Amino acid sequence: MSLIRISSPHAHGATSTSSVMRQVLLATLPGIAVLTYFFGFGTLVNVLWACLVGVACETLAVSLRGHSPGFYLKDYSVLVTSVLLGIALPPYAPWWLIGIGVAAAVLMAKHLYGGLGFNPFNPAMVGYVVLLISFPVQMTAWAPPRGLAEVPGLWQALQACFLPASYDAVTMATPLDVLRQNDGLLMEDLWQQTAQFGRWAGIGWEWANLAFLAGGAWLLYRRIFTWHAPLAMLGALALMAALFYDGGSSASGGSPLFHLLSGATMFGAFFIVTDPVSSAVSVRGRLVFGALIGVLVYLIRVWGNYPDAVAFAVLIANFAAPFIDHYTQPRSYGHRKTGGKP
Amino acid sequence: MRRVYGFHGGIHPAENKHQSLRSPIRDAGIPPQLTLPLSQHIGAPSRPLVQVGERVLKGQMIAEASGYVSVPLHAPSSGTIAAIEDRPIPHPSGLSAPCIVIDCDGRDEWIEHSGVADFRDCEATELLELIRSAGIAGMGGAGFPAAVKLAGKPGASIRTLIINGTECEPYITADDILMQERATEILEGIAILRHLLRPEDVLLGVEDNKPAAIAALEAAAAGTGVEVVTFPTKYPSGGEKQLIEILTGKQVPSGGLPADIGIVCQNVGTAVAVSDAILRGRPLLSRITTVTGEAVAEPQNFEVLLGTPMQYLLDLAGFRPERCERLVMGGPMMGFTLAGTQVPVVKTSNCLLAPGVTELPAPPPAQSCIRCGLCAEACPASLLPQQLFWFAQGKEFEKLEQHNLFDCIECGACSWVCPSHIPLVQYYRASKAEILLLRRDHERAEQARLRFEARQARIAREEEEREAKRAARKQAAEKRAQLAAAEGGEDPIQAAIERAKAKKAAQQANGDTASPAPAVAPLDALRQKLAKSEQRLAQGREAGEDAKIINALEATVTRLQGKLAEAEADAASATEAETR
Ligand code: SF4
Ligand code: SF4
Repeated sequence: MSLIRISSPHAHGATSTSSVMRQVLLATLPGIAVLTYFFGFGTLVNVLWACLVGVACETLAVSLRGHSPGFYLKDYSVLVTSVLLGIALPPYAPWWLIGIGVAAAVLMAKHLYGGLGFNPFNPAMVGYVVLLISFPVQMTAWAPPRGLAEVPGLWQALQACFLPASYDAVTMATPLDVLRQNDGLLMEDLWQQTAQFGRWAGIGWEWANLAFLAGGAWLLYRRIFTWHAPLAMLGALALMAALFYDGGSSASGGSPLFHLLSGATMFGAFFIVTDPVSSAVSVRGRLVFGALIGVLVYLIRVWGNYPDAVAFAVLIANFAAPFIDHYTQPRSYGHRKTGGKP
Repeated sequence: MRRVYGFHGGIHPAENKHQSLRSPIRDAGIPPQLTLPLSQHIGAPSRPLVQVGERVLKGQMIAEASGYVSVPLHAPSSGTIAAIEDRPIPHPSGLSAPCIVIDCDGRDEWIEHSGVADFRDCEATELLELIRSAGIAGMGGAGFPAAVKLAGKPGASIRTLIINGTECEPYITADDILMQERATEILEGIAILRHLLRPEDVLLGVEDNKPAAIAALEAAAAGTGVEVVTFPTKYPSGGEKQLIEILTGKQVPSGGLPADIGIVCQNVGTAVAVSDAILRGRPLLSRITTVTGEAVAEPQNFEVLLGTPMQYLLDLAGFRPERCERLVMGGPMMGFTLAGTQVPVVKTSNCLLAPGVTELPAPPPAQSCIRCGLCAEACPASLLPQQLFWFAQGKEFEKLEQHNLFDCIECGACSWVCPSHIPLVQYYRASKAEILLLRRDHERAEQARLRFEARQARIAREEEEREAKRAARKQAAEKRAQLAAAEGGEDPIQAAIERAKAKKAAQQANGDTASPAPAVAPLDALRQKLAKSEQRLAQGREAGEDAKIINALEATVTRLQGKLAEAEADAASATEAETR
């Protein structure tokens, strides 16, 4: 009888990276469903096409590095990146735009840095920002929500993606755009005079945000990540909004509730900020990391020049993560101070 | 109820304890042969006291302690010494080490022995010596000599004695069943330890998943002042540092000992061994070992003689080798795999785990670390295992130490939770070993450097001494010459110099100033000049003359001073040369 000899521990918990990733994918479904309901099949086509390109890129990169792609595809991380980018892109984006974004995310942001776990920046957000800088026109064209215009069907969505020349896009400013461009109208009046606004925030957007919140809550319940980073981000964003709300004057930046339920807030908080690879590592570090993103999102949204701020805020915070880590090393057992010698 | 504290992190692995708790402790009997490694504890191996072929009695000391941190070894049963040689031992390295092998005669004949009449009459040193000579080394798994721990640091008083009945590792029930069946002996042992240490509090910590043990202990402890403290089950609450934090809320300082904060921790098994040694004069000959896992038909606890081959024990429990592909001594979290079934049971063998192939499957290949932080959440030492892993991969030893690698207790909680199945602990062990090796090399290099420097210094010193001797010899020769000259003008050079001097003196005495010594006249002239300038400067200052003029005067004075000094030096060397 030959006995195998391995190092302890000999027992393992049930979680695996693949199952973590699978659950993250599952948790995006409510959000995708709501986006599809309000804005049509564009998001779904985005996501599916992004996944195809993503898997192709991953296979290519892993083969080039001399590994077998099967093992790496099984960690599902490339699907997560692709799906997140697909959700973040405006619906009815052309195939090449999505392709470039995914390629930038997978090849540049992930594999150039050495693959999963080594990327200092969130790949999906790198892909998004690359596109935003290179193709600002396509990237800022959002479809109008159901109720304000006719919602395109699946066929039109496919046409928009793969035969973009033959597709007549209908676009409309998002609620965040409306707010930024507002000068002169009191919040209340703006709300009444602009069709895009719904109950708490933009029509469609508010529900999409709630759906992503639900998905995130489920992930929290499943203990896929801890509450620290997302709640710190939401808290900081709400706090900033509350500080600068001033009761709704024309110069106001929008209410806390508006910010929490607008744009990519919830999607960012639960699906981007929680990306473990590119965030800070310790509990305190994640609080700081999340709060930094919350503050930056507000600053960029209100005083910046981009349609949404999550991507930039996340990248800046990614950049800061090593510093945050350095200053938030936990106090180890038996030590008086954090880090280093007792 | 005493307040219990929490500790950071921890995990809840499947307990799997019920399997081996279905029957009482069973005596494993006397195997045909016992193999006793000389090193079953932390510290120096013991030194054999017997010869091959010698007959030994049960309880006879067959190897003595070889140093302070060491313990002796006793024959667990009577028989003849068959060999003293290297045999495979249960050790993570899988290597062989010196062992004493006894062929048992099955008669189990005791050596004469007796306990002390009343331990309360004994001095602490006496009790410590008895504990030490009974060969007791921490039964919880680490195997630190009990007497050393109990002796503690001189001057440090112990306020709290903690008895560890936690047994937090899955599968192991040796302590659990011991507490259930031998609570009285545990309390006897505790009474002795109390007498020895005189602590204010005695806390017996048990996880709340052992209700039967708790009931038995509480019954036995009633009225003794020993507090049975229960707390929620969580791995690794039985780690010494964690248990101390749970029971007292204090942390053992990094790199320190529990004694530094007035605490001593002993395992329940050690308490029983102490009571056996003191009250019954019975050294440590056997221990309770859990044999469990799906590859044995009847998982249970055995009272087993030290040195019993694992195979013998496995067979008693109905071993099914076809189901087993790895054999673990200890629990699934911290135990190590054995190379074969012939290795013996030793003082630290609390469990022999023979898991079925599907029961504890080998981990799948490791994936990339996604920095999910689950490991940091689980780490009872509040480390950042993912960072440690990162630095370990890059062999960044300095960073590893900065991130407190050496506070890692190798509990395995991080590896257990890691969704990417990274064998983190393996990396830490390897890095620790490497760092220790480097430190040793460094120390050696340092010593070599010191030796080299000492040698250089010695050579230099010797050279200096030689030089000094040479100088002394020269001086002595000169002196001799002078003496000789003074006595009889033997030395012609000296005589010539004397003559010249005499002549000069005569000239001066004659008032002949026509040819004054050349060095003297300019000296005097200089001195006069300087005096004049100084006077002029003083006048100028008094009169409050222009700063420019004062400056110029000052410069003149300094220049003259310099010149004078030079001239004086010249003159001095001239006269010196003359007097030679
Ligand atoms: S648990 Fe594993 S994957 Fe997660 S951070 Fe720790 S080492 Fe990395
Ligand atoms: S093995 Fe070390 S690093 Fe891992 S959880 Fe235990 S103490 Fe922490």
